[in-house]
Amino acid sequence: MAEPLLKIEGLTRRFDVSKPWLNRVIERDEKQFLTANADVSFEIAKGETFALVGESGSGKSTIAKMVVGLLPPSAGTITFAGQTIDTAAGIPRSLRRRFQMIFQDPFASLNPRWRVGEIIAEPIRTFGLMNPTDARKEAARLLEVVGLSANDVTKFPHEFSGGQRQRIAIARALSSKPEFIVCDEPTSALDVSVQAQILNLMRDLQDEFGLTYLLISHDLSVVRHMSTRIGVLYLGRLVEIAQAKKLFTEPQHPYTRMLLDAVPDLALSGRRRRAVEGEIPNPISPPPGCAFHPRCPLVHDRCKREVPLPRPTPIGQAACHALDAVATA
Amino acid sequence: MTSKTPGRLYRLWDSDLAYAFRTAPVAIVATLVALTIIFCAVFAPWLAPMNPYNPAGLNLMNGFTPPMEPNAFTGETFLMGADNQGRDMLSTIMYGTRTSLFVGAMAVLFAMVLGISVGLYAGWRGGWVDGALMRVADVQLAFPAILIALLIFGIARGFIPDNLRDQLAIWVLIVAIGLSDWVQFARVVRGATMVEKNKEYVQAARVIGAHPAKIMFRHILPNVMGPVLVIATISLALAIIAEATLSFLGVGVPPTQPSLGTLIRIGQGFLISGEWWILLFPSLTLLALALSVNLLGDWLRDALNPRLR
Amino acid sequence: MADPLLSVRDLVVEFPTRRGTLRALDRVSFDIMPGEVLGMVGESGAGKSITGAAIIGLIEPPGRIAAGEIRLKGERIDNLRPEALRKIRGKRIGMVFQDPLTSLNPLYTVAQQLIETIRTHIDCSEAEARKRAVALLDRVGIPAAARRIDDYPHHFSGGMRQRVVIALALCAEPELVIADEPTTALDVSVQSQIIEVLKDICAERGAAVMLITHDMGVIAETADRVAVLYAGRVAEIGPVREVITEALHPYTRGLMGSIPTLTQESDRLVQIPGAMPRLNAIPQGCAFNPRCERAFAPCFTERPELLALDGGRRVACWLHDTAKASEVPHG
Repeated sequence: MAEPLLKIEGLTRRFDVSKPWLNRVIERDEKQFLTANADVSFEIAKGETFALVGESGSGKSTIAKMVVGLLPPSAGTITFAGQTIDTAAGIPRSLRRRFQMIFQDPFASLNPRWRVGEIIAEPIRTFGLMNPTDARKEAARLLEVVGLSANDVTKFPHEFSGGQRQRIAIARALSSKPEFIVCDEPTSALDVSVQAQILNLMRDLQDEFGLTYLLISHDLSVVRHMSTRIGVLYLGRLVEIAQAKKLFTEPQHPYTRMLLDAVPDLALSGRRRRAVEGEIPNPISPPPGCAFHPRCPLVHDRCKREVPLPRPTPIGQAACHALDAVATA
Repeated sequence: MTSKTPGRLYRLWDSDLAYAFRTAPVAIVATLVALTIIFCAVFAPWLAPMNPYNPAGLNLMNGFTPPMEPNAFTGETFLMGADNQGRDMLSTIMYGTRTSLFVGAMAVLFAMVLGISVGLYAGWRGGWVDGALMRVADVQLAFPAILIALLIFGIARGFIPDNLRDQLAIWVLIVAIGLSDWVQFARVVRGATMVEKNKEYVQAARVIGAHPAKIMFRHILPNVMGPVLVIATISLALAIIAEATLSFLGVGVPPTQPSLGTLIRIGQGFLISGEWWILLFPSLTLLALALSVNLLGDWLRDALNPRLR
Repeated sequence: MADPLLSVRDLVVEFPTRRGTLRALDRVSFDIMPGEVLGMVGESGAGKSITGAAIIGLIEPPGRIAAGEIRLKGERIDNLRPEALRKIRGKRIGMVFQDPLTSLNPLYTVAQQLIETIRTHIDCSEAEARKRAVALLDRVGIPAAARRIDDYPHHFSGGMRQRVVIALALCAEPELVIADEPTTALDVSVQSQIIEVLKDICAERGAAVMLITHDMGVIAETADRVAVLYAGRVAEIGPVREVITEALHPYTRGLMGSIPTLTQESDRLVQIPGAMPRLNAIPQGCAFNPRCERAFAPCFTERPELLALDGGRRVACWLHDTAKASEVPHG
């Protein structure tokens, strides 16, 4: 593919969850680490919507935070528009201008003491793109773009509903005219009909402004509707990457298949579903080898020792030893 | 899509807070009392019947005149009586309150600036910086306020040359009371900062690369001000009393600028001999001021919450 | 036709505020048959949780039931004294709430909580109660139940805790289980497990289920009938399959169209313009009329009542009232 807009290689993040030093000395405990992400690699091309999907403990929010610089990675590189980011030095302003983030909770992502106009104009003013008067006008214009009224610039966030606040958050994300937007569960806190409005809005804006999205979600249906490619995470590792629609018709990794089986079937097709086994293990002490092996219907010895590496599949790639056998058969 | 918004003044009047205020007698009375006293104090030079510290206007013959009774010698009547040197008590109280309020307000302001800055920084940085700053605060708390004030005062007296002593006394007093007071602000702000900094609006500001100082003061601070203002109002009452105590002990304001505490100290000497008004009226004023400001503190917290507008 | 287990008629729940009284439920009526699963679906503010709370008597004052009747097997339960209501709660109606962390007391072991509940409602010895509790935990799928029963709630994972909550709700052998968003706080893979457990165990014991949720997918898989709530009123009730595939009420249609599924092909989701009205700003006539593209004259003035149609379906919409519908100008 042409130079990808975002390239992630070997991204890893460990958290130190050890007890305080004194406790460890007295109780003779080891240091404990939680690996939120291990060895995550993917690329996002300009104009596409790449989704990261996973359940709790999958590390999808952690990746989002690392991509925008809220958390430094423990290992791995992030390359944006061809420039490798030195995470120790921080992201340079010229790069920061080119991406933005939309958060999950519409009630916490807007400062309750600021007026809506100030909230939307903050990126403009921080990056010094316009003088304050023009910034205010731009904020009013953006409110109209996202479907609210320009008169709302003087209101406070608590005067709006959840869906309207999310629109304000989208207007804020657009104000610095970024190319790339990270959307962390943008509709999880919203009602279904409001979700539809927001998702449609996001699609329209993407078409109009040529945006690239990294979409984080736990909702497979939303992800299927919005994305071009999807990455499935399990306990911090990418188990599969595939083109969106194909992931749902020919899932390759056993975990992806289990996840799809678990989604309630609104179409009432009466499809036969295999029961879901077990629960997500504790991320502090994950199972050895492939983290999914205790729940996997295709498990064999190798899975308990060796972490599988991604291998190409007809629809993308997947990290599963069982696929090896299929490939060589 | 959105309805026509009514004017701001109407919204303020109709807000839940204003409604609750209108229907709560305690808050109304407390506000009226506090405002009256503050108003008289601030505008004392224009409102007081006389300037009690202008020796030219004093008539010693007026001394010890009881309230509301004409003086046997001069025939002048004083609303609250006259003190031992013929000064009108009402005027001395007004000027005295002025000094008390000045010292109290400045001390609280100093404590707020110091406490809020330390609290914001400790809460934002966390880690060992937070630990160190909070240990300093803990040490500060181990000493009673009056003791600290006396300590600073004593040290300052050693340093300041005689001729400047009186002029600087007030500022030393302000610093002393402020230093004994900042910790509670720091603690409250630190706790609230630690909660707010994990919220997504702060993360949004970090994503666009806003400077940490800007995030602390423009984003977080407005959201932690509610409890701060309650503490500030109560602190004002306590600072006034602290200043009165120190002045009563003789280590507060200089004699040239008496405060309510000074007046109470002076008045105490005359209680036994029967001139009760020299002690009673300054004491009542101090009580009324401290109490009404204290009661108001409980109300001010809600005034700044936009959710209630 | 069998008698309904639970019968709600014209239920009105009000919350007095200083700006006037808000009606959270405005004449809601429905039945639950013995052993059936009734889904109660709606978006935030529609009143579904309030309905569950009203039935079990947990409306927080100053909110109150202002009018209407709730009958359990023919006897009224909405006007009972608190002591009488407490006897019913647990014994005849069990509750499963959304957040397992708050449903279980963190300071007591699971055994203590189960045994206490069992012995409150069933007369038996402690040993007998313990046996029942272990059997119940085993039935809901807790591995090594005999050992784990003595654990505290925080020793269990989210899904396991919810299973314990289900066991707790069913330990007194209730006739009706009210489940308020039982799976919303859980991961997708665990959700399907919990729904299975709830469905199976209730079917086994012949307990009816009132399943309150905003997730239509869960309803599709679990419920026999579904009631759709909008702005404190019932918009539509009917068998699940029919309501989902051929909704009668325009709101339900819009709702179905706005849910992304795993199989749809279209690029855009159906979007209902506007938002559900706030309780203090419900329009006159049909509450949905500002957002309805098929609204006509009576919709703006008269509130539609629930009309009974064929096949056990009820809908509150003038479009299905043959008398009124004839007034629609065709074009």
